[in-house]
Amino acid sequence: MERRELTCISCPMGCLLSVELDKEQITVTGNSCKIGLEYGKNEVTNPKRMITTSIKIKNQNGVEKMLSVKTSETVPKDRIADCLKEIKKAGITGDFSVGDIVIKNILNLDVEIVATRAIQ
Amino acid sequence: MREIEMVIVGGGPAGLSAAIRAYELGIKDILIIERNDSLGGVLRQCIHNGFGLHIFKQELTGPEYAQRLVEKVEEYQIPYRLESMVLNVSSEKVVTVISTYGIENIQAKAVIFAMGCRERPRGAINIPGDRCAGIFSAGTAQELVNMHGYEIGKEVVILGSGDIGLIMARRLTYEGANVKCVVELMPYSSGLKRNIVQCLDDYEIPLKYSSTVTNIVGKERLEGVYVAQVDEYRKPIKETEEFIPCDTLLLSVGLVPENELSKSAGIDLSTITGGAVVDSNMQTSVPGMFSCGNVLHIHDLVDNVTLEAYETAESAAGYLKSGEKGKRMIPVISEDGVRYVVPQYINGLDETAQLDLKFRSFDVYKFTNVSILADGKVVKTSKKRIITPGEMEKITIKGEVLEKIRMAKEVSVRIGGDEVGA
Repeated sequence: MERRELTCISCPMGCLLSVELDKEQITVTGNSCKIGLEYGKNEVTNPKRMITTSIKIKNQNGVEKMLSVKTSETVPKDRIADCLKEIKKAGITGDFSVGDIVIKNILNLDVEIVATRAIQ
Repeated sequence: MREIEMVIVGGGPAGLSAAIRAYELGIKDILIIERNDSLGGVLRQCIHNGFGLHIFKQELTGPEYAQRLVEKVEEYQIPYRLESMVLNVSSEKVVTVISTYGIENIQAKAVIFAMGCRERPRGAINIPGDRCAGIFSAGTAQELVNMHGYEIGKEVVILGSGDIGLIMARRLTYEGANVKCVVELMPYSSGLKRNIVQCLDDYEIPLKYSSTVTNIVGKERLEGVYVAQVDEYRKPIKETEEFIPCDTLLLSVGLVPENELSKSAGIDLSTITGGAVVDSNMQTSVPGMFSCGNVLHIHDLVDNVTLEAYETAESAAGYLKSGEKGKRMIPVISEDGVRYVVPQYINGLDETAQLDLKFRSFDVYKFTNVSILADGKVVKTSKKRIITPGEMEKITIKGEVLEKIRMAKEVSVRIGGDEVGA
């Protein structure tokens, strides 16, 4: 039986979670909400993170702009570096509204890269 | 001279939120004056998550939060001017604005100050050593990387473990830099615990507590810094000094409300918050001039900036509709463990249903309570699991307790303290 103490990162509250692993059974305590419960379970089996970054793109008129983006949901922690590399080399062009998909299904992870800023 | 009912200085989250609420309360003659080329303020460069959980019930990035506010401003067609800098606000509410169109004086009936804050620079903390390239305040580095796409350095040391420093540790790691360590003067971090995890632990970036940068070495470009541990008086311990080679130093050593304009308007400022002294209507010492957001006191969550701005707009709108009302100023005193309280005065003649007292502590306190006293008698106690200087606390007062407070000659806030009635 293993016990781990972690800080939940799902929201700025940062609840201190206690996660017990007993063979296949995972018990989470210390969470204030459901999201924390999920986070605790995932963190000890398959930790995931949201990625936010910004990239150089060319808008519709070919002018270089900075586009801030985020993943539509969390991705496995060990794929963060690969995702960042993929986003950087994608050579994005065009105009975007907040929420537009910039890259669909990045690295087959079933996650979209989404614009968080409007570019005209 | 042009006349405008409500002039809002600053188009960041405080200014935008105030404008939106003022409009909804029937004030149509508004002008937001913003010095940058777009609305949104510092949110434009805060491309990370963590904004909007309270206001929009969703976790948004900074630009997305700003976008929600801008969309409302556009929907209401609230007038705003970009690339326009307010140079002066007189105590008679004449606002002097400069832009590419020239210089203009505007006679305002009410002014809301929402200019935000600036970062404490190297000079303010007197780090000795060479003055070479490669030293940035964390926010400047954030702007250069996120808004302009610059690569600012490869081997990085960050001084200060507040949220800006932590966020930039991760951001620069994403951009391929080697962030060697974060150095923190205090024995604890003022940043959110979640940021320690997702910005440092995730990338195995060491956090050196009770340490500081004691010297900077570099001819044209930074070559390295000396880092030493500090004693209980926060003085460096010379024997612990070590040299860390690096080409980039980020300074995340505090935010300072930007009140040059407030000074020129003759508004009383607090030396503790760095912002205006305000009453429970968010009105400054000059009637018709209000202050909200980071320019009043430094916030941790933008959601609270929006709430504060809404309150401020409500008062400013009330001022415009009914003029100066009767006031009885009750001072709010910070006692045991409380560094400051905003507002610094409560208007005893006010009739709103709710009063929010916001404060910060001097130190970390665990399993304690916060007491509000009216004329020396405890009227409200709130249990707190933990209070830290890095997290602004808010106590909401309503009903009978609020009535008692409004009849007092003096109100105080303290950490620890006895039960109600003692």
